[in-house]
Amino acid sequence: MKARIIVTLKTGVLDPQGKAIEAALTSFGLSGVDGVRQGKVFDVDLSTDDRAHAETTLKTACERLLANTVVENYSIEIA
Amino acid sequence: MRAAIVVFPGSNRDADVARALTQAGAEVVKVWHADTELPAGTDLAVLPGGFSYGDYLRCGAIAGRAAAMDAVRAHAARGGLVLGICNGFQILCESGLLPGVLMRNVDRRFICHRQLLRVERADTRFTTAYAKDQVIDVCVAHGEGNYFADADTIARLEGEGRVAFRYCDASGALTVDANRNGSLNSIAGIYSDKLNVLGLMPHPENFVEDLVGGTDGRGLFQSLAA
Repeated sequence: MKARIIVTLKTGVLDPQGKAIEAALTSFGLSGVDGVRQGKVFDVDLSTDDRAHAETTLKTACERLLANTVVENYSIEIA
Repeated sequence: MRAAIVVFPGSNRDADVARALTQAGAEVVKVWHADTELPAGTDLAVLPGGFSYGDYLRCGAIAGRAAAMDAVRAHAARGGLVLGICNGFQILCESGLLPGVLMRNVDRRFICHRQLLRVERADTRFTTAYAKDQVIDVCVAHGEGNYFADADTIARLEGEGRVAFRYCDASGALTVDANRNGSLNSIAGIYSDKLNVLGLMPHPENFVEDLVGGTDGRGLFQSLAA
């Protein structure tokens, strides 16, 4: 079973890297970009075929390590 | 005073903090990150600066879950003293021993320069050798030192007198220019609720010899060893 975890900064948390990327996109003339927020993607291989078990495992992984929930949100997509 | 310095893969300031503690009269032992206990009789656990685990994932995130951190958490829960400097402060936040998080510096640059700090209180185990509101001259060296926490947490830290040091100018004023990493309320270091855990971004251990620029860092280690 495969899963993808997406970790993003919470709304309102300053993202200097996203701002720099946004400025870079604007600097080479790309129009229509109003904002960029940088995040992280984790592709995870799971040994289980049990969806509920996978969700529990991934939620624990996010809460305990992959996301810092003070400033980050996470979402889990199971293939 | 018996101090245990926890060394992680990528720690690089352990020798400096060991020297500062020894100079102040403490007995120092080193503990490997995979160890599950601190040596018997440990009074102070120290998390040194560096780049533990290459700053992978988030600064301090992986070190914060290391086996030795369970021992440090137990030590703190018993009222034992814990000091985290720079990456050590990041590890304390990631491990849950201190609230908040150290974000990327506001201007995105790694900063490395002399830094003045205002000592917010001189009645804790870490600061008795200083005076309240004393301005000390040390340095910073970090890319992620921008202290952030939600509004409730900041209000609690301020209300409970848990801000240890703030970035300031020579007069002790909290200016935007003095707060180069963009920390909320110019926070450079904070205490736990029982004041036995201190995390700070600046490096007092760099300033314990006139030969290398100053001795304002000594007070922290002398306070601990007193």
